Amino acid sequence: MNAVENAPLPFFPHRHLLGIEGLSPADIVMLLDRAEAHVEQNRQVDKKSQVLRGRTLINLFFENSTRTRTSFELAGQRLGADVINMSVDTSSVKKGETLIDTAMTLNAMNPDLLVVRHADSGAVELLARKVDGSVLNAGDGQHEHPTQALLDALTIRRRKGHLAGLIVAICGDILHSRVARSNIYLLNAMGARVRLVAPPTLLPSAIDRFGVEVHHDMRKGLDGCDIVMMLRLQTERMQGGFIPSLREYYRFWGLDADKLKAAKPDALIMHPGPMNRGVEIDTEVADDIHRSVIREQVEMGVAVRMACLELLAQHRPNRSGQIGGRPLEGRA
Amino acid sequence: MTGQRTAYVRARLLDPATGLDVPGSVLVQDGKILDVGPRLFNDGVPGDVVEVNCARLALAPGLIDMHVFTGEPGAEHDETLATAGRAAAAGGVTTIVTMPNTNPVIDQVALVEFVDRRARNTALVRFLPAAAATKGLAGKEMTEFGLLQEAGAVCFTDGDRPIPDARIMRRLLSYATNFDALIVQICEDPSLGSGVVNAGETATRLGLAGIPSYAETILVERDMRLVAATGGRWHGAHLSTADAIDVVRRWKARGLRISCGAAPFNFALNETAIGEYRTFAKTRPPLRDEADRKAVVEGLRDGTIDVISSAHCPRDPESKRLPFGQAAFGAVGLETLLPLTLELFHNGSAPLLDMLAKLTINPARLLGLDSGRLAAGAPADLVLFDLDAPWIVDGSKLRSKAKNTPFDGRPVQGHVVRTVVGGRAVFERKREG
Repeated sequence: MNAVENAPLPFFPHRHLLGIEGLSPADIVMLLDRAEAHVEQNRQVDKKSQVLRGRTLINLFFENSTRTRTSFELAGQRLGADVINMSVDTSSVKKGETLIDTAMTLNAMNPDLLVVRHADSGAVELLARKVDGSVLNAGDGQHEHPTQALLDALTIRRRKGHLAGLIVAICGDILHSRVARSNIYLLNAMGARVRLVAPPTLLPSAIDRFGVEVHHDMRKGLDGCDIVMMLRLQTERMQGGFIPSLREYYRFWGLDADKLKAAKPDALIMHPGPMNRGVEIDTEVADDIHRSVIREQVEMGVAVRMACLELLAQHRPNRSGQIGGRPLEGRA
Repeated sequence: MTGQRTAYVRARLLDPATGLDVPGSVLVQDGKILDVGPRLFNDGVPGDVVEVNCARLALAPGLIDMHVFTGEPGAEHDETLATAGRAAAAGGVTTIVTMPNTNPVIDQVALVEFVDRRARNTALVRFLPAAAATKGLAGKEMTEFGLLQEAGAVCFTDGDRPIPDARIMRRLLSYATNFDALIVQICEDPSLGSGVVNAGETATRLGLAGIPSYAETILVERDMRLVAATGGRWHGAHLSTADAIDVVRRWKARGLRISCGAAPFNFALNETAIGEYRTFAKTRPPLRDEADRKAVVEGLRDGTIDVISSAHCPRDPESKRLPFGQAAFGAVGLETLLPLTLELFHNGSAPLLDMLAKLTINPARLLGLDSGRLAAGAPADLVLFDLDAPWIVDGSKLRSKAKNTPFDGRPVQGHVVRTVVGGRAVFERKREG
């Protein structure tokens, strides 16, 4: 037993985590606080607790992913859950099994937690309606990627001490980005000021109604900002020519030392990965040990996912009404 | 020999063709209306006439639905002509124009004849085939308008897809003038229409690809120029945006032979009905924003929009139980066509007869039918309904084979009590109370 395990667990009022939209600031703070407690534990030699002992976690990935899947896998294992990874490639879809069939099949194996990534917006929500356990959205289409926004927030909060009042510039391929949507909701909920910087062709319609300031000129967009959040240019979704060439994109929207001068001197550089070096971000900037927190984001990812898993697991308490060995706070 | 006479008495007669709205009676014999009027049977009904008491009910011409997809031939698991006919009868629809988007595509004389014969043999209501405007719906070569028309095709359309090429469209409109044939266009520029929901806030929030409203405007603008150049007869199947309706309004004023329709889901719902990825609300045209919805209502009120048609599009459950982007477009609508149209009257948006005209005499005139009116000599296609009766749409109780309605749970007013096709009752609901 370690300190984290002994701390009472607050009650998280949602059965699934499908998106940041719909979470209250209190929900977000609860997740971040809980994740904070895991950061230290994850730096110890003995990282394992038994909070989710006996629970089954299935990582169900309909879209290729290495880092997010690994992050969830580690998070589950460090909490003592049994973790199964399933990568459903397109071939089994071609065999005729639908998403709902897959969901029903897995549900019959009684998983407590399902972590799902899918290339279609809304697919995770659809699946969540058909299963008994809790579902975590690990990214659905161009909709949401809530744990990414949470880990970004945790990274910022640890460096800056707070989120409220910060100016955050989210730059690049907003159109195809679920990370951007989740971050817009989260940062707005927490009182940060969000700017979007992108070529007009990579902005979704009516985005100005989402409480953001829109810029096309990168220097103006970065002017005086506290955080520069770069997005991956999703070249695999680029049929139809959203930009004329990678070199033109880099010239006008790639983050380099020169454009970075517009931001505050202590502005942090973030990227959800995987990076296209030399496309949206210059290598030197990405690796700047004083400014770039890109590796820290990966570290925070595990802590945030541990917090999400254990808070959601409350919705299926074990036979004695407990999670792991501890009674739930505020519940009989 | 003449057959049995039936008298529908003490009804509220609603005939949009003449503006008639009076208490009165209709006499039917041999599948046709023999007489109609407020003074008919003032001295009682003769003993040899079957009397149907229509007290407290409205009697109107049977509805004509200009835009219905069925699954027959080729997708009978979605809907057959028989099941579509049952749904139509329950909805007060006595004439259906079927779309050519079947497998095989209805682009040849023999296939028009097949639909005609098959419907006569299996279905309760009248089916009028629309033939494909281009072979295989490929948008390239025109079909045999003259021969297809002789075989019974009432209009020409590619059903659920626009004629994308301006040069082809010009030829279709031009050639069709020889037969005074009606070209029904799907108003969406295909190069802008690759999305799945209305472009805007909802699309962005849900992370779904959007269909911008100007995809509709652009195609309508283009077609107006082609109609002006050729003198063709053009009908826009379902308009859903303020701008496109405005374009039609302006060109109508300049005397073009144009008309257009709207689907109930575009005037009774807006994009918020999609909620969290409800695939039953994935329609074509897509559900638009509230300003566009109001513009459709205004277009109906001021007469810019001539026709209300259901865009009935049955889909089996599997094609809707998918992530939103992959799910099929379409909503069933035959059984909700009347109450949703009446909603416009009940909520004070438009006069009753004006709205009923869009379901009866207006489509009849566009298609050259002698039905759609309460007149001596017209076919005895009638709908008897309780104008005010409240009920709640229950998707699971629809008679259509597919149940994909976006109106499940919606309270509506106006219940069909009896549907008559050619003098024969094809649907009867037990009256309560």
